[in-house]
Amino acid sequence: MHDVAHSDNKAQYFWVWGALLVLTGVEVWLGYRQIFEPVRMLEALLFLSIVKSALIIGYFMHLKFETALMRWMLVLSVTACFIIMYFFFFPDAGRIIRLGVKP
Amino acid sequence: MADAVLEHNAAAHGNAGEFEAPLFGAYSKKVGMWLFLASDSLTFGALLFAFSYNRIYTDWPTPFGKESIINATIMTACLLSSSLTMVMAVFAAQRHDRSWTRNWLLATMAFGTAFIVLHGMEWTHLIHEGLTLPGFPTTIEHGSGEYAKVAAGTPQFAATFFGLTAMHMLHVTIGVIYLGVVALRKLFLPILGIIYVAAYFLIPSDNVFHYGVHVLLIGLIVSAVILFLKPKDYDANDVEVSGLYWHFVDLVWMFIFPLVYLMSTKV
Repeated sequence: MHDVAHSDNKAQYFWVWGALLVLTGVEVWLGYRQIFEPVRMLEALLFLSIVKSALIIGYFMHLKFETALMRWMLVLSVTACFIIMYFFFFPDAGRIIRLGVKP
Repeated sequence: MADAVLEHNAAAHGNAGEFEAPLFGAYSKKVGMWLFLASDSLTFGALLFAFSYNRIYTDWPTPFGKESIINATIMTACLLSSSLTMVMAVFAAQRHDRSWTRNWLLATMAFGTAFIVLHGMEWTHLIHEGLTLPGFPTTIEHGSGEYAKVAAGTPQFAATFFGLTAMHMLHVTIGVIYLGVVALRKLFLPILGIIYVAAYFLIPSDNVFHYGVHVLLIGLIVSAVILFLKPKDYDANDVEVSGLYWHFVDLVWMFIFPLVYLMSTKV
């Protein structure tokens, strides 16, 4: 359990909540304006999603207040898995486009 | 610091000196939940990768109009607000304020239920307009709806949309049941039973949720087994662990909302 000093500072959680709502508003604005190409838009929205998820994991899930060992173990292991998935899934799925469909 | 808190908690429960200090400076339930969430994030990761791949390499439809986006934005606000009320529930539990712990947990459940209902309405609208999958119950109008061409022309859209959002909706439903068990314990069982029976008889048989509502029955059985085989008074640690699960559900939606809805916006 995180210590009581963090529990007393409730205001920061309201700030995080407000920031998450504002970032959601920015995402909706970007979605409507369509100012980027699909790939660029995907990157922009993913970047905002990663910022939002960092706020949720760090503050709401209290990972920021856990021990360094637990923080690093979780973040590094999950990130490593996603990197491996990215380098296996996308190239493998792309084979269909390169090779075509057998008639 | 964390070890000192654990030692203090153990002393408060009369268990001082009985347990070895944990590896990560946290109690085992919390470490277990984090490990489960790490593995579950890979499940959603695989689905999101599949969606992104299809979105980039396929002639992707953009069927979501203003109504759908507003609806999804309200759903997002519901989940974000539910995370805040969940944090408040954890604080109340740490103060040993049982009344406010229950109130904040019920508020979290209300936001979660609002999310499920709004999502259900969105699904029903899309299915009614022709965006269906082969296993879904059908009506005559399905073939001529607004999204019938989308479903026929790009079948990956319906498959990835329903696959991702159904998986997430299932997690939200499990989360609401989990919080209900922590907040109300055995009192929650008859409430869940009534909701299940009412939903089963009130939702028409040509609606996909007439069948999906059986998830509540499974949740009822599992909750009853847990509550009767291992009855306990849930403490601050249990509330915090349930909060981890709930925040994770919120976290996943932060990726689904922009990728599924905003990347398919009809301008």
